[in-house]
Amino acid sequence: MTQESPYGFETLAIHAGAAPDPATGARSTPIYQTTAYVFDDADHAASLFNLQDYGYIYSRLGNPTVSVLEERVAALEGGRGATATASGHAAQMLAMFTLMEPGASFVAANKLYGGSVTQFMRTFQKFGWDCEMVNVDDFAAVEAALKKPTVKALFCESLANPGGVISDLEPLAELAHAAGVPLIVDNTMASPALCRPFEWGADIVIHSTTKFISGHGNAMGGMVVDSGNFNWAQNDKFPSLTQPEPAYHGLNFFETFGDLAMTVHGHAVGLRDLGPTMAPMNAFLAITGSETLPLRMERHCQNAAEIVQFLNTHPKVAWVSYAGLEGNKYKPLADKYLGGKAGSVFTFGVKGGYEAGLKLVESCELFSHLANLGDTRSLILHPASTTHRQLTEEQQISAGAGPDVLRISIGLETAKDLIADLEQAMAGA
Amino acid sequence: MDHDAYSNTYIREVLDSTKTVAMVGASPKWNRPSYFVMKYLQAKGYRVIPVNPGAAGQEILGETVYGDLKSVPEPIDMVDIFRNSEAAGPIADEAIEIGAKTVWMQLTVRNDAAAARAEAAGMNVVMDRCPKIEFARLNGEIGWSGVNSGVISSKRRRARA
Repeated sequence: MTQESPYGFETLAIHAGAAPDPATGARSTPIYQTTAYVFDDADHAASLFNLQDYGYIYSRLGNPTVSVLEERVAALEGGRGATATASGHAAQMLAMFTLMEPGASFVAANKLYGGSVTQFMRTFQKFGWDCEMVNVDDFAAVEAALKKPTVKALFCESLANPGGVISDLEPLAELAHAAGVPLIVDNTMASPALCRPFEWGADIVIHSTTKFISGHGNAMGGMVVDSGNFNWAQNDKFPSLTQPEPAYHGLNFFETFGDLAMTVHGHAVGLRDLGPTMAPMNAFLAITGSETLPLRMERHCQNAAEIVQFLNTHPKVAWVSYAGLEGNKYKPLADKYLGGKAGSVFTFGVKGGYEAGLKLVESCELFSHLANLGDTRSLILHPASTTHRQLTEEQQISAGAGPDVLRISIGLETAKDLIADLEQAMAGA
Repeated sequence: MDHDAYSNTYIREVLDSTKTVAMVGASPKWNRPSYFVMKYLQAKGYRVIPVNPGAAGQEILGETVYGDLKSVPEPIDMVDIFRNSEAAGPIADEAIEIGAKTVWMQLTVRNDAAAARAEAAGMNVVMDRCPKIEFARLNGEIGWSGVNSGVISSKRRRARA
């Protein structure tokens, strides 16, 4: 069941999942830099391996620092539980690993982070998983794609990367549920400070915690958050959760763990057998970052709105794609799902196309030219030559990453300094 | 009692005031959910007495199995029901007869009519929950599996053990 907390979002960001260390009273979450954990006796060991008792065995499956971050993010999303992974990509692989079988397929939005497009369309093929990409603004196309009997999930980004596009989560959740499959939402760009997809019917949330949740550009991580609301036994599409698991002596995860099934499976099978575990040090950095998530997102959005205003009237700028702009196609969805905010990552086009865009990127002194987002520092990138370069030009354009597109992630610096840097860079472009 | 949303205080009071649990539908198979719960509750200091007509006279985890609640020769604080919602009705009535303090129905098990009868008899009722999950949730253990406990405290957590 989705968890409704009596506490406010800021309180959860600081306290959820973290209590004083039971042994020492340490108030900040310690970095448990250990590989393994002693058993009390042989029977205790057996209980842990059989999943009959709670406890740590080996840090590939679970670690006390990492589990604090898991509970923290689960609480911020209003979810039942979460599984931390080494990166956002690992989170996508782990979530799909629980849902998919060889020969199965899923439907994904065609406006996605370029790395996700490549993972879904190429690498997942090696597991025998097919992905069909559709325009999720076209509900009829989504409904038609979901009719295929092999489909196990619908996937979209709440606020899509590289920017300016928002998915209409509520009707998409209804379409997924009518097809008997969960809606999976990558909530990395919005973060739970702006959007909580479970409140709109989504079933699973994916994060790259590397971005806004950690927020400082210093710790890789991913997260699979389960709402606990999806009934996995409503059809025969999800045997990993509803059929006896041979690797656990015939254990049936959904019957045994109920609404914890997806989270328990993520650790006990996903992390155990695929191994993309988050490091305790990265979890510690993400925990520290998450405590200021609400404050940071407020300033990220405020700075972004100021810079968008500057760019939108600049003679060298061809267009700005930012859902917070009046008249933007996605402004009503920003009002509905993101509290009227639109995040701090967006795209714009410079007159002069590919060459002018590259020149601008290279002329920045304060903006860093790199492939990341959700940092305290402001970042700039030319997707067509970097993050989206694995794609064909057609895919680039459909993903909103055509040759003239620049992506910006606005940080927490003084807004007028960021504007001055873009002004001087454009003078040279 | 709002059976859609129990307070942490209520669940804690039920678990703290319980010493002996009769588990109806306890299975002798070690990979069944009831076995998991029985073993866990034993480790946390509860006495758990299995009730299962199909296994009467056998032993589960060191305890003799009884055929029904009325055959259990000692006082029971909580009756934990591992049966379907319909079967939970007559079991709740037996729980009232033997003077148990709490009727607890496991995950997915809910019988509102039986709950009303038990509450009219002055009993606590918990439905569609698992005492193992609830104990672990309220004592800081469930977060070890990445599960959202919904509990926030600036005090050190110490589980009953």
